[in-house]
Order: sequence, then structure tokens, then C-alpha cells
Amino acid sequence: MRRRSFVSDYWILGLTLLFIGWFLWRMTSHESMGWYVINPSTPQGAINMQFLLGGLWITIGISIIAMVLSIAIGLLAALMNMSTNPGARMVARGYIELFRAIPLLVMLIWVYYGLPALLDIRLDPFAATVIALVLCESPFQAEIFRAGIQSIARGQHEAAEAVGLSYADKMWFIILPQALRRVLPPLANQFVYILKMSALASVIGLDELVRRANDINNNEYRPLEIYSFLVIEYLLLVLAVSWAVRRLEKKMGSDESGR
Amino acid sequence: MTSGSEAIIRLSGVGKWFGDFQALKDINLSVAPGERVVVCGPSGSGKSTMIRCINRLEQHQAGEIVVDGVTLDDDDRHLAQVRAEVGMVFQQFNLFPHMTILDNLTLAPIRVRKLSRPDAEKLAMEYLERVRIPDQAHKKPLELSGGQQQRVAIARALCMRPKVMLFDEPTSALDPEMIAEVLDVMEGLARDGMTMICVTHEMGFARTVADRMVFMDGGEIVETSPPADFFSQPKTERARLFLGQILGH
Repeated sequence: MRRRSFVSDYWILGLTLLFIGWFLWRMTSHESMGWYVINPSTPQGAINMQFLLGGLWITIGISIIAMVLSIAIGLLAALMNMSTNPGARMVARGYIELFRAIPLLVMLIWVYYGLPALLDIRLDPFAATVIALVLCESPFQAEIFRAGIQSIARGQHEAAEAVGLSYADKMWFIILPQALRRVLPPLANQFVYILKMSALASVIGLDELVRRANDINNNEYRPLEIYSFLVIEYLLLVLAVSWAVRRLEKKMGSDESGR
Repeated sequence: MTSGSEAIIRLSGVGKWFGDFQALKDINLSVAPGERVVVCGPSGSGKSTMIRCINRLEQHQAGEIVVDGVTLDDDDRHLAQVRAEVGMVFQQFNLFPHMTILDNLTLAPIRVRKLSRPDAEKLAMEYLERVRIPDQAHKKPLELSGGQQQRVAIARALCMRPKVMLFDEPTSALDPEMIAEVLDVMEGLARDGMTMICVTHEMGFARTVADRMVFMDGGEIVETSPPADFFSQPKTERARLFLGQILGH
């Protein structure tokens, strides 16, 4: 592979900044844009902006709950999938293959409209979204954990077994801490994915970021401005995740592979 | 030969296959308490496989292995008993890289032997003194040299107060200048009367420490004799050839 020179790196950076600058200038100065809808110095703009920002807490809350639960279930599925018990393996394999194949939107509609109709289980949009996200996401977490666990050297298992540790102790103290450190980057990806996919919950009426943007837009008819603001909200969330994960990686130390 | 009844380790008719390949053929070996056995032989001769069967990192498929009166079988309680009594040192050290040296040493005593943390740490420091690296207790394994890591690995195994120590080519992954410090520690153990089975190519060590040499080739024990006899007048042509190759240069 040819190494790019500094000159062309700076060219690309310069052109990118130029493009962003031009885009922002067009967005703010074009006569057809109406930023007043979210201008906090006007009474209605302030109310609108506050309403849009208020959706952040619901999006954040639902994403964190769904992430934590899908990690727990994904880890369990990964361990079952690698177990020596053929029954456990089959259950895990079936779970992963089935739920990985179902689109989140379909799952949301199933859980929210299907469960009350079929089983008379009525859920509020928040609970339904958490369940749908966890069911759709945990198979991905399971495969991430499997890859992480399998990347730990055989010798680590053998050393843990040779000093007499039980399977649970071996996994908890030796294998999982090392595997977790290695799968942090893909787990961060999954978290970002959940943050963004939670937007689909707007279709079952969950009062999150996109739903609120839709509501304001129905009154104001300013989709370009309102959805542009939405982009900034998601961007901030994702940047915050990146920052947090990088700190976490530093805290957990470099990848000290068990050779 | 030690008689079977007082042996702490007894392998009788042990066989092991990897697919179609027979790795161990009718292995018979008894080791008495306090005995030091050095196992040598060309690579692929089954040396490592044999000692890995003794703490069941590999499962034998024929014959019987009895360690300190416990027969190795599918019973997990037997396995736990044997692993608590048998320490193992690996070629690649296999320290836990995410833990400090001290935590590497105390984990099993706390979790398996149910020692309190202060007791386990006291024990760990004793053994770190013994392998002469107490000042490294709070470092991570990868901050240490290979020789130091292997000495930590020996201390980690000793913290379980095992009755038997298995060494699987403990110096083969070390730089030459670090081999002596590890062999010193092993010789100290031997002097203290530890029962040891050691797979190694360090023939100087074997000469000074071993009570008995076991020579393996092609998955079987070809020859068993005291080191003096083994090195001066090997009984078999295969052993002669092997010794010629490793001592010849």
C-alpha cells in the first residue's frame, strides 16, 4: 500500500472543512430556511427547543437499559453457545439465528401490537421498545462475546484449570475480563447502533427524539430545520459514547494479550 | 522401580489418540513421593501429552491414572481434588496478564483453598521471596522479564501447596541468559523434597537433579534409568541417537 503524503492529507482535511463551512453557510443563510422554529431567543422557539431536547433523556434511558440487558442476555447466550452441553448449545444457536433475522421494526410491532392481541399482555411503549431492542440486539452481543472469548489464548484456560479454579471462577476472573477488554470497540458500536435504532420506537408512540421532532414538525412544517437539529442531538450522543469508551479503554489498560 | 502401592502418581497402560494418531502407547510409570523424574525425548514423542494427562488437561482414553489415591475419571470432584494437589508450570508461563503478580498468586488459594485474603497474601509473599522477586509483587506480568515471569508461574503453582509439581519445558521459551535463574529455583525445590516430573531438554539440570530419567519416543516410554546410566550407557539405540543429537554440539 502506498503511503499518503502529508500534503494530500491536508488537502483532504482542508476540502472537507471547506465543504462543511459552505454547507453550514447555505443552511443558515438561505432565504427558504426558517431557523426561528428552534431559535431560543423567541418564546415559541425556546419551547420547541426545550421539547426537542427533552427527548434526549428518553432516548438515553431506553438505550442504556436495552444495552445492559442485551449484554447480559448476549453473554449468557454466548456461554451457552460454547458449552459442552448439546441442549444448551442448540437453544443458544436457535435463539441467535432466529432473533438476528428479525428486523427491529417488525419486532416492535409484534411486541407492541402482537402481544396484547395474542396473549393479552399489554405493554407501554417504553417497555415494548426495551424488549424489542433487547431481543433484536442480544444475538449480536452474543456473537461479539463469543469472538472475544475465543480470542483468549488456550494457555489462559489451562493455567486457570491447572490451579484448580472452577469453570465459573475461570470465566469470571480470568477469561471474561480479558475478553471484555478486547470487545469494547464492537460493544461501543452496538451501543451507538441501539441509540440510533431506538428512533424506530417513534412508530409505536414512544416519546423519544424522533417522535418529538415529528410532533413539532406537524405544527411548524419546518422539517429541514427540525431534523437538522435532530442530527446534532444524535451526533452529540454518539460523540459522548466515543469519549466515554475511550476513557474506559484507557482505564482498563492496554490489551495485554495472554500469550 | 518404585512399587505401585506407595506411589503418589501411577500411570498404568495409558493410551491417548488425537484422531487416528496415537500420541501415547501403553504408558506405565510410577512416581514415589519426593522423587524427581526428568522426561526427555524428541519433539512429538508424547512427553508433554503424558504430563498433561496427569492433571487432565488432556484426557487419556485407555488405562488408568491414579494421583495420590484419586483415580482420574469423568467425576468432576476427582478432577478438582487432583488439580488442587498437582501444580503445573507451562512453557509459555501463562500468567494472567490483567492481574498483578500478587493477584496471580492469591486467586487460587482464595477461591479454591478458601484462604482469607491476608493469609493468601502472606503465603504469596513467602513464595515470591523464595523465587527471589518479592519487589515485583504489584507489577503486571508483562512488565517482567521472561525468567521472572516463569519464576512467578512457579510461585503461583506452589501457593496451592501441591504435593506434585509438573514442569512442561519450563525453560524452552526463555532467552539463554534467563534459563539459569529458573533452573536455580527448580533445583531449590528439588532439594526441599518436592515430587517433580519435569519435561526438559536441560540435560545439565537432569544430571544434577533427576532420580530417574524417562526417555520417550513415538508415544512410548523407551527407556527408564538413573541419570548416571542413562547418559553414560543408554540401553537403546534410539536413546543413543537422541543423546548424540542434543549433546553432540
